Amino acid sequence: MKYICFYFQVHQPFRFRNYSFFDIGNDHYYYDDYLNESILQKVAQKCYLPANEVMLKLCNTYGNKFRITYSISGSAINQFELYAPEVIESFQKLAETGCVEFLSETYPHSLASQRDFDIFKNQIEKHSLKIEELFGQKPKVFRNTELIYSDKIGAEVYKMGFRGMLTEGAKHILGWKSPNYLYYNAIQPKLKLLLKNYKLSDDIAFRFSNKTWDQYPLTPEKFSTWLNALDSKEEIVNLFIDYETFGEHQWAETGIFNFMEHLPEAIFKNTTYAFETPSNIIKKLQPVAVANVPYPISWADEERDLTAWLGNDLQTEAFEKLYQLAPKIEQITNPELLQDWEYLQTSDHFYYMSTKWFSDGEVHAYFNPYKTPYDAFINYMNILSDFSIRVNTIVPDISENIELNKLNHLLREKNEEILKLKENIKKLKKKSA
Amino acid sequence: MKVLMFGWEFPPHISGGLGTACYGLTKGLSKIDNLEVLFVVPKSYGDEDKHSIELIGADHIPMKITEIKHEFHFNKQFQYIEVGSHLMPYSSTEEYYALTRKQKIGKKVFVETNEDGYIHFSGKYGSNLYTEIYNYSIVATQIAKLYDFDIIHAHDWLTYPAGMAAKQVSGKPLVVHVHATDFDRSGGSVNPKVYRIEKEGLDAADAIITVSNLTRNIVINNYKINPDKVVTVYNAVEPSEIGLNQQNQKTVKEKVVTFLGRITMQKGPEYFIEAANIVLQNMDNVRFVMAGSGDMMNKMIERAASLGIMDKFHFTGFLTGDDVFKMFSHSDLYIMPSVSEPFGISPLEAMQSGVPVIISKQSGVSEILKHAIKIDFWDIEKMANVIYSILNYPALAKTISINGLNEANSLKWDKSALNVYNVYEKILNPIKSQQL
Repeated sequence: MKYICFYFQVHQPFRFRNYSFFDIGNDHYYYDDYLNESILQKVAQKCYLPANEVMLKLCNTYGNKFRITYSISGSAINQFELYAPEVIESFQKLAETGCVEFLSETYPHSLASQRDFDIFKNQIEKHSLKIEELFGQKPKVFRNTELIYSDKIGAEVYKMGFRGMLTEGAKHILGWKSPNYLYYNAIQPKLKLLLKNYKLSDDIAFRFSNKTWDQYPLTPEKFSTWLNALDSKEEIVNLFIDYETFGEHQWAETGIFNFMEHLPEAIFKNTTYAFETPSNIIKKLQPVAVANVPYPISWADEERDLTAWLGNDLQTEAFEKLYQLAPKIEQITNPELLQDWEYLQTSDHFYYMSTKWFSDGEVHAYFNPYKTPYDAFINYMNILSDFSIRVNTIVPDISENIELNKLNHLLREKNEEILKLKENIKKLKKKSA
Repeated sequence: MKVLMFGWEFPPHISGGLGTACYGLTKGLSKIDNLEVLFVVPKSYGDEDKHSIELIGADHIPMKITEIKHEFHFNKQFQYIEVGSHLMPYSSTEEYYALTRKQKIGKKVFVETNEDGYIHFSGKYGSNLYTEIYNYSIVATQIAKLYDFDIIHAHDWLTYPAGMAAKQVSGKPLVVHVHATDFDRSGGSVNPKVYRIEKEGLDAADAIITVSNLTRNIVINNYKINPDKVVTVYNAVEPSEIGLNQQNQKTVKEKVVTFLGRITMQKGPEYFIEAANIVLQNMDNVRFVMAGSGDMMNKMIERAASLGIMDKFHFTGFLTGDDVFKMFSHSDLYIMPSVSEPFGISPLEAMQSGVPVIISKQSGVSEILKHAIKIDFWDIEKMANVIYSILNYPALAKTISINGLNEANSLKWDKSALNVYNVYEKILNPIKSQQL
């Protein structure tokens, strides 16, 4: 049996308002409500609602034969709750069909995996709870922000109980190998990896309406013949795309909804592929090889690296200054501060500071509220300055605190050491037995 | 190809960006094969850089005086000169046409000369400017007769009458180069006399070069010029060695924010002061410097004094040459809040010195720069916000200055000169250049 795995990313950041240095210490509200609401409602009308309708129709028509997967970020869910609760309802209807899987991710769509695995873990747990509460299923497979992955991140994710993870089928990782198989993590072989087939994914996500593309127009029939043309031994085709592709990146007028609506029919008719979700795929298939990813990859740009978020001095400065506050945040219980802390970590803010788009074109400019990366940095740092003032008033830099932090750190290190030793003992016991 | 170029000033004797631009452009043009530039300025001091061009001081051209009479109506000793030309500097194109049609020659005009028959030029902007412009155009006719050339290139309104006169005498095509219009200089209250000279020059020109699209739009809309003959060629900046060597030569421990330019309405000095005032209320570790001179200087000193910020706000007076780069080497931030800036070379010089810059969106240079912060000149709160951010977030200052340095150094006069050359080509060989 061959599988096709459709996975959609649903994410909206809380964009910040124009926050000048006069506001530092005076005004603690950071969000551009008007912008966030208007963008969300626009995207809900053009994409989320009509796309969900198409998917629901397909679920009802084909029953269990049609399966799709979503990952909805916590900040997107919060915005749905605030501005368009009907979107949540339509996702719930999809969940009820039983054909839909919801993946785990970090609640604020953050880059925490690049900095602090404790924060990373907390955000994942919070997200899992929220998904279970809304859709009645506990996520079993993990998908990191923008498909960011490395051996280390995979190992950490395995420790949290996940047995599958999604990432990019980056060429510099795979080399001659094909993304159309299951792979496994280099540190924890039991963590199975689904790799994005970026060629076929991008045919839909980016090239679909491009009239200069030699394959234009893309029809369900044509797409199904491409699936047939793949090596007959290959097992899965992972199509990972932004959900906003439907109706937003590709307008309804391009025929993208019709394409999706008729794709299953063409696939059933012309190919032997079946639709499946990641958690079923990792049960049904065995990994063929290890994926060695010593340095983190993502699904962004030509390089498939993290330079769109943490590539220049502005981004690293903002990122460092943000996470320097982490030890203090542990002592904070104020819900407003904790929410701001979360939303400050959303990856989009760092994306806006990217200087890559000076040459990299429009993808970076999409829904970007800032004219230049400098504007984005200035605004972010002003907000962060105010935020750290608030944090520092609650948790001042007194020597006692510094001492306490040191001890906490020590404690954590010792704990990790004990765990490692315990594992060693286990192994030795097994050997001697 | 030989170009007869009329300028008003040339380094080292400059009062603004025009001289710098002319120097850079002619230097760039001199690198093009088969292209010669004959540069005419009203007064040559003798110490200009003549390496790349043939510089003709207008007052070194003896007038071919056909008849001299003393006029006793004037208190000063004036010579009545009949120039062998039917030129009236302020006449309209219609008048020219009429004059030419009637073959009416030997029109009488008044020009003051010294004893050797040289027309005297001060070489500086001043109250008798109109007389000088007028004299310059008369000399231009002489030059046009004496020298051989293919095309005439006139920089800014002061030289338009000269360019037009040379065109009239020689019949060669005229290119006028608009570095600024009176709409930029006056801040809206346009001098009708200047406007008329500008309008005539633009009308008479076979092609017009503007230094930005901002200026191009002013030329098209405010002077009613056919857009087809107006081309934008951006200025550039001379690669500077001084700037690199003199980086980080600060003597004060505070951060230094600099305004550098003529202190006139066009440059928006008052917005700089107001933004400085806001920043100083919120931040201690900073000093502001206003370098330059101009008709609004006293007013600005009064304003700074009345705000009570003079302990942190400094005036330097007019700076030239190396002092400009020295000023940059003492700066942490450069601001050009111009109300209307056709181009604006000085931010590029600041960038070459590794200084981050803030420029107004109302400047031509903002059309090409990426690594500068752009604001509206009137938005003093945004300006203050950006000043604060650059001074307080070192990563920002560092990123802008590194990227800015590279960007400024990539803007080369050779490229601008090539674009100007294409304009010449298009006029001289319209069919050939169309095929290209």
